[in-house]
Amino acid sequence: MEKKQLIENLLKFLPSETVLFHDEEIIPYECDGLSAYRQSPIVVLLPKSVEQVQEILSFCHERQVPVVARGAGTGLSGGALPNQQGVLLSLARFNNILDIDLNNQTARVQPGVTNLGISDAVRKHGLYYAPDPSSQIACTIGGNVAENAGGVHCLKYGLTVHNVISVEIITIEGERLTLGSEAFDAAGFDLLALFNGSEGMLGVIVEVTVKLRVIPEQAKVLLAAFDDIEKAGRAVGEIIAAGVIPAGLEMMDKLSIKAAEDFVHANYPLDAEAILLCELDGDQLSVETETGIVQSVLEKAGATEIRVAKNEAERALFWKGRKSAFPAVGRMSPDYYCMDGTIPRSKLPEVLNKMQDMSRTYDLPVANVFHAGDGNLHPLILYDANKPGELKKAESFGADILRLCVNVGGTITGEHGVGVEKIDQMCDQFESPELSQFHAIKAAFDQQGLLNPGKAVPTLHRCAELGAMHVHNGELPFPELDRF
Amino acid sequence: MDLSRDLQEQLQAMLSGKQPVAISAGHSKDFYGREIKGEPFSVADHAGVLEYDFRELVITVRSGTSINDLQKVLAENNQMLAFEPPVFSGKDSIGGLLACGLSGPRRPYVGSARDFVLGCTLLNGKAEKLKFGGQVMKNVAGYDVSRLMIGAMGTLGVILDVSLKVLPIPEVEKTLVIEKPLNDALDYINNIDTQRFPVSASAYVDNRLYLRLSGMEKPLETYLKHIKKHIKEDFVEADSSFWQKLKDHQLDFFNTDKTLWRISVPPATGVLGLQGKTLYEWRGAQRWFIADDETHSNGHIANLVKQAGGHATQFRNADRSSEVFNPLPDVLKKYHIKLKQAMDPDGLLNPGRFYSYF
Repeated sequence: MEKKQLIENLLKFLPSETVLFHDEEIIPYECDGLSAYRQSPIVVLLPKSVEQVQEILSFCHERQVPVVARGAGTGLSGGALPNQQGVLLSLARFNNILDIDLNNQTARVQPGVTNLGISDAVRKHGLYYAPDPSSQIACTIGGNVAENAGGVHCLKYGLTVHNVISVEIITIEGERLTLGSEAFDAAGFDLLALFNGSEGMLGVIVEVTVKLRVIPEQAKVLLAAFDDIEKAGRAVGEIIAAGVIPAGLEMMDKLSIKAAEDFVHANYPLDAEAILLCELDGDQLSVETETGIVQSVLEKAGATEIRVAKNEAERALFWKGRKSAFPAVGRMSPDYYCMDGTIPRSKLPEVLNKMQDMSRTYDLPVANVFHAGDGNLHPLILYDANKPGELKKAESFGADILRLCVNVGGTITGEHGVGVEKIDQMCDQFESPELSQFHAIKAAFDQQGLLNPGKAVPTLHRCAELGAMHVHNGELPFPELDRF
Repeated sequence: MDLSRDLQEQLQAMLSGKQPVAISAGHSKDFYGREIKGEPFSVADHAGVLEYDFRELVITVRSGTSINDLQKVLAENNQMLAFEPPVFSGKDSIGGLLACGLSGPRRPYVGSARDFVLGCTLLNGKAEKLKFGGQVMKNVAGYDVSRLMIGAMGTLGVILDVSLKVLPIPEVEKTLVIEKPLNDALDYINNIDTQRFPVSASAYVDNRLYLRLSGMEKPLETYLKHIKKHIKEDFVEADSSFWQKLKDHQLDFFNTDKTLWRISVPPATGVLGLQGKTLYEWRGAQRWFIADDETHSNGHIANLVKQAGGHATQFRNADRSSEVFNPLPDVLKKYHIKLKQAMDPDGLLNPGRFYSYF
């Protein structure tokens, strides 16, 4: 539809302040956290009510206009990248906490409420919302559900899918659906699980009910230094083997330790090849006992130094280094490319070594910070976009890392989502019948493919054309397609 | 034994003849869901552990593996399926359990069966072998089809193998019992200071409140002393086998020919105005109910539970020719049918087992 005609039609049922179409108004929406990809939509809509969302979606369905939903735009995979022919639907105005149910320990919120906003609102009741993606100060809960966001506490407290009990969604046809319930389960298929991490492909989230948890009586952090990154990797497995489930278990390599130290002065040991940060939480006595267990495991695993944060200030400082690792690495290099593969923990040493080899081959440094407890890697590839060919080189390096993750039994994305960024790597992870099954599921909710088109699941042709043709055991991966 | 290829071929043959397929393994939950007619398709012999490294907290098993065998393997490494799967006959398979989506007493405190699923391989309604999710804790590549399979009653696909997150067995568990009036007990369960007291199960039956505490030995001993000294409650320690009998429906309460209802409501829901016997568990969120003779119509029970924000299932001894699960709103029904068509275009996998219309 022509831009002018589309806007005229939208203004027939939407107040003018909800429809943005001048260049200077829509430029802020042309990318999300993956700023290497930019695209202006025809129009940005900022509805204020669920009824308006329903009207917008019915309209787009009827006129076949693509719709991309957006929360705070902090996503790292381009999931909220606008569609050139479409509408960008911002849920930013849905920023109210609707109900806090202390008896059932739940909070019912609009999708534009920030992740941290929920915890802030319930802290006075001794409660919090557990998933804590690093963007938690800005990212919205609607976006968290769409991406099934994680964070540093997933091993013990789970991902978004484990902490959301119900969502209200609007289908592309404008229908309102409740998925999940305030009970512990709901009748029918577990559509709530299906919608978590569906990247805005199946419906638009207009309300979220989350599970709240009681703030643990105590949290303690240990910092352990290692002279060998493989030893640090093995220590992770030994902690788990000792029967302890840490609240957080993070690893940083030498390059990221140095970057963090230069940036925030967390007093990290600069001579270490790797450090582990291990947070234990729970009731006071259990935390004390577990701290003793972890200390002795770390000693046996060959830690060169073990520190236990003596107080809350020191605990915050230990974490500050880790939490500022990305911006810290950002200071070392004009650009960096953040990956998000996940691997079985036991493959950590192998993957780390291979990554170092690749770093030499590509002649690009890589800094590693991991959610080591759950095997989620965030290698940061350092490059300079102003040097011709370096972005492309960094992207190939990244693609090689993800292929390696898949080959050792892991996945191309642990928590950032596929979006546009990793759509080609989906061809590495899935075979064509699986991709076809995804498309069939998509079509069950959105027959015409209007919600977030071109994201999350590649077409079979794309995979075939890509040359992502990894012939395995002599079997062609997409035998049903013509070859030219 | 790996029968995935045989099973795929067998299913292909059955589907090409447009025969409805009735999936089974241990036949331990034949009573559950609607009655269906279909050619038997058993995954019982497709059993065994595929991969298990206790350091990973992940086990991958074939769907026909019996839950008892699986628990044994885990216990050797001091680990467990933390959602405490019910075992009704001893032949219960992990695939069947997951298809039914059932969880035991620890569920409100650690999560449900689906929460522990990391990935699965399945045969869809075209007999295609598909793999979703994986063996890692975090994985957001593609739609979460593996968790969608949990509780789908085999209507979306045949689970071939599954990767589950496992957890360490707590060092010590103590069961405490106290006599209390119902309303006080429900309040108590929901207001207990979980920051200090690591509750891992709660139930109320026959005027008694049962609590289980799990954790490390020393802290737990200290807290038990604290309870005895500071909380003026007459708790006595009881046999921990209560929880196994509860989850496996071996308590006297479950010994009935009448319809056994499973009522799922928000945990802080008060007493529903139902005439009959009720057993409460899961902090009050799961209730087993047996009506007094002819006091309530099925619709009345479902409505009352719906008003409380929950749903009701006729779990055992139901008229299995009509609906046994809670009715779905029309729009939801439409998307269930569409999703079924997306996974099983000819509608041949366990048709009618879940709802009459797919």
